[in-house]
Amino acid sequence: MLNRIDQKFINLDKEKKKALVAFVTSGDPDFHSSKKIINSLPKFGADFIEIGIPFSDPMADGPTIQRSSQRAIKSGINLAKTFKLIENFRESNRKTPVILMGYFNPIFQFGLKKFFQICKKVGVDGLIIVDLPPEEDSLIKNYTQQYNVYNIRLVTPTTNKERLSKISKSSKGFLYYVSIMGITGTKKPSISILKKSILKIKKNTKLPVLVGFGINNANQVKEINKFANGCVIGSAIINLIEDSKKGNYSIEKTLLKIKLFLSKIKKGN
Amino acid sequence: MLKRVDSQKFKEFNFQDFPDKNGRFGKFGGRFVAETLMPLLLDVEKEYEKAKKSAKFLNEIDYYFKNYVGRPSPLYFAERLSKKLNGAKIYFKRDELNHTGAHKINNCIGQVLLAKRMGKKRIVAETGAGQHGVATATVCALFNLKCIVYMGETDIKRQAPNVFKMKLLGADIISVKSGTATLKDAMNEALRDWVSNVNDTFYVIGTVAGPHPYPMMVRDFQSIIGKEAKQQILQLEKRLPNYLVACIGGGSNALGLFYPFLNDDVEIIGVEAGGKGVKSGKHAASISKGKPGFLHGNHTFLLQNKDGQIEDAHSISAGLDYPGIGPEHAWLKEIGRISYVNATDKEALEAFKLCTKLEGIIPALEPAHALSFLLKNKRKFSKKSLIIMNMCGRGDKDIYSIAEHLGMKI
Repeated sequence: MLNRIDQKFINLDKEKKKALVAFVTSGDPDFHSSKKIINSLPKFGADFIEIGIPFSDPMADGPTIQRSSQRAIKSGINLAKTFKLIENFRESNRKTPVILMGYFNPIFQFGLKKFFQICKKVGVDGLIIVDLPPEEDSLIKNYTQQYNVYNIRLVTPTTNKERLSKISKSSKGFLYYVSIMGITGTKKPSISILKKSILKIKKNTKLPVLVGFGINNANQVKEINKFANGCVIGSAIINLIEDSKKGNYSIEKTLLKIKLFLSKIKKGN
Repeated sequence: MLKRVDSQKFKEFNFQDFPDKNGRFGKFGGRFVAETLMPLLLDVEKEYEKAKKSAKFLNEIDYYFKNYVGRPSPLYFAERLSKKLNGAKIYFKRDELNHTGAHKINNCIGQVLLAKRMGKKRIVAETGAGQHGVATATVCALFNLKCIVYMGETDIKRQAPNVFKMKLLGADIISVKSGTATLKDAMNEALRDWVSNVNDTFYVIGTVAGPHPYPMMVRDFQSIIGKEAKQQILQLEKRLPNYLVACIGGGSNALGLFYPFLNDDVEIIGVEAGGKGVKSGKHAASISKGKPGFLHGNHTFLLQNKDGQIEDAHSISAGLDYPGIGPEHAWLKEIGRISYVNATDKEALEAFKLCTKLEGIIPALEPAHALSFLLKNKRKFSKKSLIIMNMCGRGDKDIYSIAEHLGMKI
C-alpha cells in the first residue's frame, strides 16, 4: 500500500497546492480536548497532522512546546493514550497522513517492536525522532522498513553537504527543514537565506522539502511556499491552546480560534 | 558486596580502547542529539583528537594544572580515620585542595583551552551545586572569555554563595525555570543555547555525560587524578591499592580516579547518593534504581517512570543530584568491572562530621558519601587493605545547608 504521505504529495501536486502541516502536542491541554482538536485539524485546512509525543526534557523545543508537553504529561498522557487518540482520529479519517514527532526515550521505554506494530495498526505514517540522527538509527531501521512507517529527517542550517546526502538517503516521505538556528517557536527565519538553503537542498534530493520552526503567519507561509513544498505550524497553534486554557474557554471557542487562524494561514498557501 | 576482582575476566578488554569510534561503551554512550548539534559535535571531536596529539596543547594544560590549579594534589594517609577501619589504610586523594575547591577545574582548564584553540569566544555551562559553574567562570575570567552559566531556579536559591562568586568572576547567571528547575533542566537549557549560538559558542559540560565526545573528553581531563594517585601510591607503599572508592553523581571525579586503574587488579567501588533511602523514591541512585534510556545525548541509566519521563533526583548533596550517570559507568556496571553502591543523606552527614573531627578536613557532602561507605563496611577490610578515596571537594560550599540539617544557625 502506498504510504499516505506519498499519496498526499501526489494529490497536492495535481492540485498545484503546497502542504500545510499542523503540529499539536498529544494530550494538550487534556485527553478529550486534544481528541477534538486533532479530529478537527483536517477540516480547518491541515494536509498533515503532526502529533508531538510529550517528553519531560524536550531539548530542541522552545518554551511554548515545553509548556505544552508539561501540561500534557500532567494531564496523564502517555504513548498508549496517544495511540488511542490516533485510533479515534482514523475512525473518521482514512486519508490525512499522521506523523508522530518526539524524543527517543519514551518510544524506547514503550518497547520498539510494540511501538511500530501499533503505529501500523492505528495508521501512523511517519516519524520524526528529534534526537535520533542517521548515525544512531540502527535500533529502528528494520522496524521502519518492516512496518512501512517513514523516518522523516531534519535538515538544519548547520547541516553541511556531506551530511545532507547522508540524511536525504535515509529519509523518507519528505525532508523537514529547520529554518532557524535554535529551538522551536523562537526566532524568525530570513526568507532570502531560507530560499538559498532550500534551493541547495532541492539540488540534492527528490524528496519534498517542508519548512518549520518559527513560522506563524500567512505572509511567511506565502513567501516560503514559493520555493518550498510547504510549511509546518506548531508553536502558533499551541499558543492558542495555551490561551484557551488560561482563559478557561470552552473547547468550542478554542476550536473556533484555531479554525480562524488556520484559515488565514491557508490563504497564504 | 565486596567481591574479589577476577582480573582474568577482564583480560579481553583493554579499557584504554573505549569508547569506540562512535562514542560507544558497549551499548551505552553515543550521540543522541538533534541534527543542529551533530555537525558541532563532530567538529569538537575532530579538534579534540588533534589537540590530544599536540605537544603545545598538552604542555599548556600541564602548565595551568601545576601553577594555577595547584597540581599534583597530595595523597594523604588519613591515619586517625584508618584506625576506625580495622587498621585498613585509607589514603585521601586531595583534589579538594585544588583552586576553586574541587576536581571540577581539571576539566574546565582542558575544555576551555580546547574552545580557545577552536576560536570560540563564548562559553556556556550548566551547574547544579555551582562548583562546575564557579570553575568554568574562573577559567573564563583567566582567559578573558564570555561565560554564561545556566542554573536551575531551585539550585540558585540553595547555593547563594556560589552564585555570588560566579557573578564576581564576571559570569552571567541564567535562572532556569523550565521543567523541575534543577541540574537536568539547566543542562537542557545550555544545550538549547548552544543550538541557538553555534558559531561562536562552546559548551563546557561538567561531567562524564552528554553526547560523544564529552564523556571521553571529560574523563581524559579528569584522569590526571588517577595518574597522580597511581604514581604516589607506588612511591609511598610500593604497591597498588586494593580498593578505590569515589562518590558518583554524573561520575567525573570517580572516573578520573578509576580510569588509570581499570586494567589493574584493583577493586573499584562507586558510591551513589541514596538520598532518603533507595526505597523512599527520593534518591539519585541512577545505577541501582534506574533503567537504561536516552537523555542529554547519551544512552545510559536514568531515573524515569514507566512512560520514559525523567524523574527528579534527590540528594542532600546538590552535586550528586542528577537523574543520570555517565555512559562509561553504565557500561562498567554492566560488565561487572565496578561495584556500585549507595549511601544515604544521613550516613553522609555522619561521615562528614567524623572526617571533620578526626582529620581536620571539612569534606564536601559528595565525598562524604564515599567515606560513609568505608565506615559502613569496615568489617570487610583488614590490616592489609590499602584504600584510596577521592576527596574530590571541600565542604565550604555546604556549611549553610549542613548547619540547617544539624539544626544550627550561622
